Parts: sequence; C-alpha cells; structure tokens
Amino acid sequence: MSGARRLTTGGLIDRSHSISFHFNGKRYSGHPGDTLASALLAQGVRLFGRSFKYHRPRGVIGAGSEEPNALVQVGEGAHSTPNLRATQVELYQGLTARTVNGWPSLAYDLGSVNNWFGRLLPAGFYYKTFMWPRSAWMRYEHYIRKAAGLGHAPSGPDPDHYDKRHCHCDVLVVGSGPAGLMAALGAARSGARVILADEQARLGGSLLHASVQIGGKTAVDWVGEVLTELHTYPEVTLLKRSTVAGYYDHNFLTINERRTHHQGPGQSDPRISRERLWRVRARQVILATGAIERPLVFSGNDTPGVMLASAVSTYVRRYAVAPGQCGAVFTNNDSGYQAALDMAFAGMEVVAVVDIRANPDPASVSAAKALGIPVYLGHGVPSVEKNRQGLSGIELARLTDDGKSIQSHKGVHRCQVLAVSGGWSPAVHLYSQSGGRARFDEKRACFVPGESVQAERSAGSSKGTFDLAGCLREGANAGVAAAAASGWPGSSIDVPVTSAPPCAAIQACWEVPTDALGGTGAKKFLDFQNDTTVADVQLAAREGYRSIEHVKRYTALGFGTDQGKLGNINGLAVLARSLDQTLGDTGTTTFRPNYTPVSFGAVAGRSLGAQLFDPVRKTAIHSWHVRRGAEFEDVGQWKRPWFYPQNGESMSDAVNRECLATRQGVGVLDASTLGKIDIQGPDAAEFLNRLYTNNWSKLEPGRCRYGLMLGEDGMVMDDGVTTCLAPGHYLMTTTTGGAAAVMSWMERWLQTEWPDLKVYLTSVTDHWSVMSIAGPHARQVLHEAGCNLDLGGAVFPFMCSKAGTVAGIPARVSRISFSGELAFEISVDANLGLALWEEVMGAGQKFNITPYGTEAMHVLRAEKGYVIVGQDTDGSVTPLDLGMSWIVSKSKDFIGRRSLSRSDTAKENRKQLVGLHTQDPMQVLPEGAQLVNAPGVEKPVPMIGHVTSSYFSANLGHSIALALVKGGASRMGGTIYAQLMDGHVVPASIVDAVFFDPDNERQRRN
Amino acid sequence: MNTAPLGWRTERDAPGRVKVLEIECPWCGARDQDEFQYGGEAHIVRPTSPEDLSDAQWADYLFNRANTKGPHAEQWCHGAGCRRWFNVVRDTVSYAILAIYRTGDRPPGQNP
Ligand SMILES: [Zn+2]
Repeated sequence: MSGARRLTTGGLIDRSHSISFHFNGKRYSGHPGDTLASALLAQGVRLFGRSFKYHRPRGVIGAGSEEPNALVQVGEGAHSTPNLRATQVELYQGLTARTVNGWPSLAYDLGSVNNWFGRLLPAGFYYKTFMWPRSAWMRYEHYIRKAAGLGHAPSGPDPDHYDKRHCHCDVLVVGSGPAGLMAALGAARSGARVILADEQARLGGSLLHASVQIGGKTAVDWVGEVLTELHTYPEVTLLKRSTVAGYYDHNFLTINERRTHHQGPGQSDPRISRERLWRVRARQVILATGAIERPLVFSGNDTPGVMLASAVSTYVRRYAVAPGQCGAVFTNNDSGYQAALDMAFAGMEVVAVVDIRANPDPASVSAAKALGIPVYLGHGVPSVEKNRQGLSGIELARLTDDGKSIQSHKGVHRCQVLAVSGGWSPAVHLYSQSGGRARFDEKRACFVPGESVQAERSAGSSKGTFDLAGCLREGANAGVAAAAASGWPGSSIDVPVTSAPPCAAIQACWEVPTDALGGTGAKKFLDFQNDTTVADVQLAAREGYRSIEHVKRYTALGFGTDQGKLGNINGLAVLARSLDQTLGDTGTTTFRPNYTPVSFGAVAGRSLGAQLFDPVRKTAIHSWHVRRGAEFEDVGQWKRPWFYPQNGESMSDAVNRECLATRQGVGVLDASTLGKIDIQGPDAAEFLNRLYTNNWSKLEPGRCRYGLMLGEDGMVMDDGVTTCLAPGHYLMTTTTGGAAAVMSWMERWLQTEWPDLKVYLTSVTDHWSVMSIAGPHARQVLHEAGCNLDLGGAVFPFMCSKAGTVAGIPARVSRISFSGELAFEISVDANLGLALWEEVMGAGQKFNITPYGTEAMHVLRAEKGYVIVGQDTDGSVTPLDLGMSWIVSKSKDFIGRRSLSRSDTAKENRKQLVGLHTQDPMQVLPEGAQLVNAPGVEKPVPMIGHVTSSYFSANLGHSIALALVKGGASRMGGTIYAQLMDGHVVPASIVDAVFFDPDNERQRRN
Repeated sequence: MNTAPLGWRTERDAPGRVKVLEIECPWCGARDQDEFQYGGEAHIVRPTSPEDLSDAQWADYLFNRANTKGPHAEQWCHGAGCRRWFNVVRDTVSYAILAIYRTGDRPPGQNP
C-alpha cells in the first residue's frame, strides 16, 4: 500500500461536508475544495491511467493543467466529457469518472503487450511500418487506434448551452499568483478597466500552497485581502475557472470560462451557460502565467509515485493529502527542498533529499537537516524500483564532479513517493502565441520571453523570476506601467515583505546519467502522454532529423492533449545534445492556441443548428409558393421555388409538366432573386464598357442588352441583362448568387482605379419583385391582366423595356427571355409583388398558366444552350471557351481583354462548351461525370472534360447535357465516354450546345 | 488595381493562424477585422494600354506580387461598414498596423 492518507487539519478543503463520487466504477468520497486527483490520492489510488503507446501504468504527476497522465472521462451519456485532467476536475456530488485509456481494463491491460515488445516500437515506427504497403496500414490502424483510444465522444447532442462575450479592457492580467495579483492591484488602483483571469477554481495561484508569510500574514490570508480590495473597484472583473487560451493579433485574447463544470449535470441554474468564451480586446496585457516544474529524466521516471515536487507540496498544503507513507526528493535546484519540508509537515518519513548539486544554498540544506532529513549532495537517482502499486524505492548513486556520470552506487532507499524537480520552465505559451520569440537563458536554464511584439509584458516566474519577492515586485511594476500605458497613469503600490528565501542557482540536468546497471530496457520518458523516450529523440537525431519541428512529428514529442507542457523542454535538451547544439540553437516548437483544450461547445457558442447567422432571404411572393406546395431550393441565401409538385407527382413528372406547359402554353417564374444594381452618372456607359466584354455606348433608353463580365484574368465572372432606363441611368441584373460579389467588384474599380469616373451604384435587389411570363401565350396573359402598353412586336420588340402599368400597378415591362420563349419580365415595387403575381395568375387561368421553378428554368435554358455562370463555368473558362466570341468586342478595352490573348488562354484544345447526346436517349448523365476518350485503356485514364449540366428534356423527348471538353468545338459528331462512379461507361456523341430552336425564332416571335 | 480575388487571407498568412486585427477605418474608426475585406498589395496601377504589353508584362501586373516581409502597403475595404476602400501599411511579420491612408495617396513619408 502507498500509505497515503488525508491529514486531519490544514488545507483549503471543507471537512464538514463529504462528497461521494465514482471512479472506474468504484465509490470514493472527498470534500469541497478537492480535485478528483487529490481525493483519489487521499484514498490511496495511485494508478490513474495507461500510457498511449506502451500502455504503462501511470499515476498523477502534477497538480494542475500541465498533468499529462491522469486523463479522465467525466460524466455519462450526453453529459460526458473526455480527456479532462483529474488534477483540474472539481468534485461534485455523484460525479462519475473513468480513465480514458484502459482498454479493456485499467488493472490488466492487454495493450501493455506493446510494452513487452517496446523495442519493436521505436520512434517513427508508425511511419516506417505503415507507409507501405498501404493496404496493410488499413489493417493495423484499426487495432492500434482501438488499443490507444483517447476518450469517447458523448452519446448524444450536448444538452448544455454555451455563450460568448465580447469586451474591451485596459489591462488584462493572466494568472492570479503573486505577480498577477500585484499587477491587478497596481492597475486597478489607477481606475483602469482590468480583467484578472485564472484557470484555477480559486484565485491565488502558487500562493494557495505556499507556507510563507507575506506582509505579516499567511499567503492565503494575503490573497484574500488583495481580492477583497479588487472587489471594491467597479471596473475590475475577476474570472476564476477561466483559462486565457489564445493570444491573437492586436491584443485579441480568448478566455475559456467554465461556469458550471464544478456543479454537475442538472445542479446549476439552467439560465447559466456551461462555458463562456470571452473575446477580449485588451489595450495592455500582463502575462503572469507562472512556471511549470520540469520532471527529471531517469530510468522509470514515469512510475506511479514519481511526482513533481511542487505537486507534492500542493497536495500536502492545499489539499491536506499525504501522498504516501514515505517520501524522497530528487532535485537540481532549491525548490525541491520545500517538498521535503512539506512531506515532513504531513508526517511522512522523508528518507532522502538527493541533490545533483554539490554546493546548494546552505540555508535550504540546513532546514532539511534540522528536521532529520538526510541530504545527499552531488548524488542522483538513476533508476527506481517498483511493485504493482508503483514506486517502491529509489536507487541512490554518487555522481562524478561534473555530474555527467555515476561514480558509485549507494544502494536502494524504500519510499512510495519521489518528489522531483528539474527546475522551472516559464509558461511562455501566451507570449509565444503573441508573436514573441522566447530565448534561452543559460544561467537560469530555461526559455524566457524575449522582446514584446504586442502590447504585453511578462512578470514573475513566467519571466524567469523565481523568488517570491521578485515576483511581487515585478507584478506591481507591471500593473502600474500597463495602466499608465493604457491611459491611466499615477497609480502606485507598495511591495509587501515576504519570509521566502531568495533562490540559489540551478544546475541544469537534462538527463540523469545511467550505467549498465540501469538495464538496457529501462526507458527514460520525456513526453509521458505520448511515451516519447530519450532513445526516441536520439534515434531521430541519428536518422538525420535536425529541426525540432520535424523531430516532434517523428517522435510525437509534445503531440498530446497536454502539448508537451512537461516534457518538451527535456526533449529539446536531448536533441540539442545529440546534435551538439545549445538549447538556444535548437529553439522551441511553435506554441499554438489553445493553452489547454477548449470544448467545441464554447467555440460554437449559440451558433448552432441550421439557421446560424446566415440570413434566409425570401421573395415577396414566397407565401404564394408555399401555399402552392412548392419544394424550395437554396440559391445563395435565397429560398427559390424548385418545382411545384401536384397530386403527389414525382420531381421529374412535375418538372416535365412545367417545361412542356411553358413551351406549349405559358409559364411563370418568380425571378425576384436576380441581383439588381442601379447605376447612375454621366460616366455610367463608359463604366459598363470597361466592365463588360461588349459595347454599351450605343444602347438607347428603353433597350436591354446581355453582358458578360470577366475577371482581369479573362475568365467569365458573371452575366446578366442591363437596361438603359434613361441617359446615364442603367439597371444591371446579375446572377442570384453573384450579386454581392459583382457589387463589390464594381465599387472596387470605381474607388481604387477609376475614381475619376462619375458613377454611383445602389443595390436595389430587394426593391423590386420580378416575374417572368414565358411561352406562346405570354402576350395574351399580359393583355388579360390589364397592361396599358402596346405589346405588339413592331413597337415592343425583343430586348425592349418600357414603363407602364399592369393591373393598375406601376410596372416596368421588359421583353427578355432566359427560356428561349416569347417572354415578358415585369418588375414592380416589392410591396406590390404578391398582388401583381396574383393578378397575373388570375388573368392566366384561361391559358392554364403554369408556375415553374428553378429546375424547369434550368432545363429550358439548357435546351437553348444558355450557360449558368458557376455551373457551366468554374473560374477557368473564357467567353471563347463558351463559344461566345460574338459578345467580345474587338474595338475597345475591357477588364480581362488582354488576358484573352495570353498564350495559355489563346491556345487551341482548351476545354470548350459542347452538348452531349447519350446513345440511350433516356439516360441522364450525372452532373460532374468525368469524360474520357476511350473506355478501358490503361490507367491512369486521361480526363478530357466533365459534364456541367444534365437533364431530361421533355420537349425534345431525350436527355441533354452540357459539357466542357478539351478541343470540343472541333469534335462535333465524335464520340466520348462518361465514366460513372459505379464503373459504368456511357457513350455519348458530341453535338452543338444549342438543342432547341437554334435560330431563336420563338423568343423573337411577334 | 490588385485583381486578386477578395479574401480574408493575406499572402504571408501562416497556415492555421487566425487573424483578428483591429483596423482603424478612416471613416468609421477602429473595428474588428471581421468587418473588413482584404484586397492585397496596394499601388498596383492598371496599365493604360494593355494591348501594347507583352505577355510577360501583362502577367507581371496580373499575377506577380512583392510578397513583402515587413512593412507592406495593402488595400482594405470596410465591407460590413461604410464600404470604402483605403490603404494600410501593415508589418507582415508582427501584423502591427503602421499607417492608414486614403486611396490615391502615397504611403506616409513617400514622395509622390
Ligand atoms: Zn468604414
């Protein structure tokens, strides 16, 4: 047994209340103030999980967010959350947790066969083994993933809700340890708006387990006093359980606040969101993020019972837990001694303080010796002994003077806990995210922040200042200075006196020496979560990896959910030594958001479900379509009627009926969604000349013209009909989906390139309702509806537009057609759109007027070979590729013109628009089908085009398709093959893209 | 004009880097980047006689950009605000905004 127990006094727990909870199906209890880890440790639990690759038993090593081993799945069903650190999970009544990694069981783990075969699984094993043959990888991966497994997804949709909050502040202080509290106080006293955020459940940081005096009080009392003062400032916000997770550009930071995790499902006010993501723009940032203690690297350093020295102190002082009967310390700096004193305070027998240094601070040594603790200077722990419960003893060895090898072995000391301290790594994560480059400080043996890139400053141990007095002083200075820099000068603050001793020098030790006695199979772990060992990094170096970023990917160092908070620095050092570099030369891997994992719920906030923030746009006639039973199609943000099924018709039956009715009688389409831009100004015609490929100088008022717009690269960008309403006044229509982009495009040219042009643009898409009446009876319907215009062909020819009234409603009537039929487009004030539509439907009754949707519209236009930009084009298609050279002016410049003669754009054999006739007239090719010259040839088969539009044409009685085919224009009558996904090959002949009424007789009919 | 498609990403964006600049619109004041569209390198003038250019010269206007490391003059549009285009000098390493000036003006400190 470990001999761990709960102390009868002390700590920040509430012994008057008990909380019962389950871990791996077994019932335990703890107290308010406990974490899952502290409560389990107090009851003798040492085994918290299995490691990722070798499935070695692992215990808790830390006490905070750096914990790599004790990952748990908390809660059940839809409330379940994977991969939380037991060191941060607060207890609540009825909590259930299980280890994420023990398949099939934690105590006896089949996966640990990986451990026996460990020598077969070196770094890069996955790469080397599974890259070839690919088929084998598929087979192995299944088992490896199953064996590895890191948590389970919840069983249902998240029943909780999440929030976001956007705010500005003058000073954001990250971390509420000694430096952070002083910084917040210094800034708050100036009147500045301050946010203080800390990831822990309680503010105070390392002071919560400190046994020092500050300003004559205990550290915990001093923290309480500071918080009391901070609460008095109305502009100060104190956030606990709040991780500053990301530091982005221009001092934009995200804070992940966990609001109800500590209460359990159903226990909190349902109005309170589970988590809140704060999006903060701060004028100044103070990073008081503290430092993370480093493990020492020796054989078996992952054995349960080996813990960070600071974690041992935290469990003793804050959680009143003695983590074992008997303990030892292994350190290379002064902070290890505190763990020895704390273990003694907890009544544990401390069998040894093993210090790598030959000459540490005498005060620390004598404090330990005064308690009867043996201190071994110039010694090391090259390996440990273990039993099924974990650590059972440490091997002691005398080191040579340079500390690089073992001089003599001094036997084994029995103990269940080894508190290790390899020094401290400042938490430079947020500093690095801000764009700063950490530099290596040889004297302090750690990376420290370099120059500030953004308006931030570090203070305290996050800056490499490890003594308490220094942290308090730096915090105070940072707070006052940041407030002043954000416009709140003149505050001041006295730095309190502390009883903490100054820090003596560290002796860097990146790997404890071993000799043959260490055993060949004994692993020295760097990254505990990913099982990366010293040997793995050395192998990577031997195999030629130089960049730490590559080594990371080869060995998985720092790839876990902890992102290498503990292990990376030791891995960097091993690599540096292998490459004979300094740590500064090796550098660090990139620190990326988030500091600790952030839930998807917090990221999504309230942006959930189908609606999101994208507006749904409906035409003024929408309610009529709904009443008529239309099926709708999304086109951009618009809901457009797709087809109008009658009496249980299938889609194809409905579309066929609508197509036939339009060509044989009369159909009507809601065309209100087309983009509409009002263009005015004396230079409007000149502007159109530059935008469109054709000439606009001679378009008279009352006339319409089709235009094609190119990008400067010569590729088709949009098309539509523009009407001249009056001299210097035009109404442009765009595609439904392209309206906003075309408007931006035009504004950009006018503002940035041609500010001399006097042209004014207004988006009027929503101002007008538009209906298109198409078919042989279109003119009669319009007559019947009461149009005051003479619609006769002589006075109202094709591409003519006039203002008048229809059914007494002021309207613009234009004779334009996208179906190839005689057609009139009627535009009215959107408020009158539904009224007009109903009038026209009434008038059209005797002609059996048929509303048709976008699908019939597509079929009708495809029969005519009219392209849809974005469907038949894809940003790599010129007007010439579409066979539309007739619309490209030879006599003027326009956007994109020069590109049409570039060698690639002008070359022959480009993909060109053609029509396809399948040999089976009833077979409709799938859109997107790839086209090949001949089926069954040797792979890879050259792809020579694809189907862009494909329908069954009821009017023609066979299928039609448009396609882009290499050199298609010169292959008329030839055969091509569509290669379908299911393996079928469909022969088709290449024909002209115009299938119906090639001479345009119908739309010009008078 | 810079004819690159409008987008949120800049030439030197590191993959995966989320950009959340705060930009001072000359007409509206400081706003989050969400409201703006990026237009790429500024001061690219459309040739007056494109037909007189060689393919290489035209391609230079069309495709080639300085890809500056350091202060970079670029176009931005306050698309979700006043819809005005303006110029920004932004350090492409630190992303610090060094100057903001109107379309048609030269960068501060440069002679016309
Ligand atoms: Zn603006």
